[in-house]
Amino acid sequence: MPSGLSRCAALTATAIVLLLLANMTPLMSLSVLGRNSSTTILNGAVQMWHQGQPIAAAIIAFCAIIAPGAFLTAMAAVLNAARRPTVPAWTSEILRWTRYLHAWSLIEVMLLGLLVSLVKIAQLARVGADIGIFAVGALTVLFPLIVANFDAAEIWSRIEWVAQADTAARRGSDARS
Amino acid sequence: MLSAANLGLVGCDACSLVCVSAPSGEQGFCPRCGEALHSRRKHALQRSWGLIIAALLCYIPANALPVLRTNMLGSTEDDTILGGVVLLYNSGSWPLALIVLVASVAIPLGKLIALSYLLLQVQRGRVTSTRDKTKLFRVVEVIGKWSMLDVFVDAYTVAMVQLQPLMSVEPGPGIVFFAAVVVLTVLAAEYFDPRLIWDAEGGVVP
Ligand SMILES: [Zn+2]
Repeated sequence: MPSGLSRCAALTATAIVLLLLANMTPLMSLSVLGRNSSTTILNGAVQMWHQGQPIAAAIIAFCAIIAPGAFLTAMAAVLNAARRPTVPAWTSEILRWTRYLHAWSLIEVMLLGLLVSLVKIAQLARVGADIGIFAVGALTVLFPLIVANFDAAEIWSRIEWVAQADTAARRGSDARS
Repeated sequence: MLSAANLGLVGCDACSLVCVSAPSGEQGFCPRCGEALHSRRKHALQRSWGLIIAALLCYIPANALPVLRTNMLGSTEDDTILGGVVLLYNSGSWPLALIVLVASVAIPLGKLIALSYLLLQVQRGRVTSTRDKTKLFRVVEVIGKWSMLDVFVDAYTVAMVQLQPLMSVEPGPGIVFFAAVVVLTVLAAEYFDPRLIWDAEGGVVP
C-alpha cells in the first residue's frame, strides 16, 4: 500500500471522529439575563425548518452534515478497497461521487458563518465558543489535506474495468473498439 | 486546431480515461468506469443561460427582501443582506462586514456577470485570450461556494437566539431567494463546458 494512501486513510479516520464530535457537541452558547441557550450543527437546519424555511434547512443539512459525512464514508470505502492490488469495479461508482460530495461539503464556509454569527450575537448577549466549533475548525484543515494526499489517478489505474466486470457495460467496449 | 474531438477521441468526465468515440448517433460509455461519454456537454449553452436568467430573477428579491427579523422586547426589526453588512460595520467589525459583503453581494453578482460574458463570447464564436477566459471560469467555479456564507450566518443566528419572549430571531423571506441564487449559479457553472471556449477560438461555432 503506497504511503500516500495510508496517510490519506489516517486523515480520513481522524476526520470521521471529528465530524462525529462536531455533530454531537454544542458549537457555541449564549447567556443573557440569566437565560442560556446553545446550538449544534443539526439544530441550525432544524430551526430553519421550524421557522418555515425548508429549502434553507435542506441546504444546511446537506452541505454541513450529509455531504461531508457521505464524502468521508465514500473515501473510507475507496481507501479500504484500494488496499488490494486490483481495485474492484464497484469502487469506480463511489470514486465518481467523491468529487461531487467534496464540492458540496461546505465545512469551511460554515465555520466562517459561525464566526460571523458569533460576532453578531455578541452585540446582544454574552457568547462563548464550545467544543463543536473547534472540531469544525480542525475539519476545515483536514478536508483539503485528505484531498491533497489522495491520488485518484493511481487508484483509477488499478481499478477493474466495468467493461470486463459486467455485461451491462458492453456498450462501453463498443466505444473502446 | 487539433483537438481530441477531431481525432475521434473523448475524455471520460469521471475518470479521465481517453476513449475512442462511439460511431456518430450512438451513445458511448467509458469502458473503465461506465460513465456516459460526451465530447461536449449537451445543450451546455441553453442550460447555462436558463440557470443564469433564473438566478438573476432571484437576485432581486434576495437583496430587496429581509433575510432576518429580530424581535427584542416587543420591537421588531427587519434586515436585508446589505442591512446585515451595515450592522456588522457599525458594530466595529469592518473586516467581517467586508467578508460578508464580498461573499453575499460581490461574488454572486460577479459570477453572473462572468458567466454571461463567457457565454456571449462563446456564442459569438470568437474568443480572444482563451487562456485567461479558462482561468476566469476556474475562479468562478472555486469561489462560488463562498456565497453560501450568509445562509449559514442567518441559520446559526436564528438557532442561537431563541429566548422567547425576551429576544428572538426569525429567518426572513429573502433567504430562500438568496439560497436559490447560490445554487443556480453553481449549477450554471457546472453545466457550462469550458471546452467550448477552446472550440470558439478555433472558429468552430457550437
Ligand atoms: Zn471513465
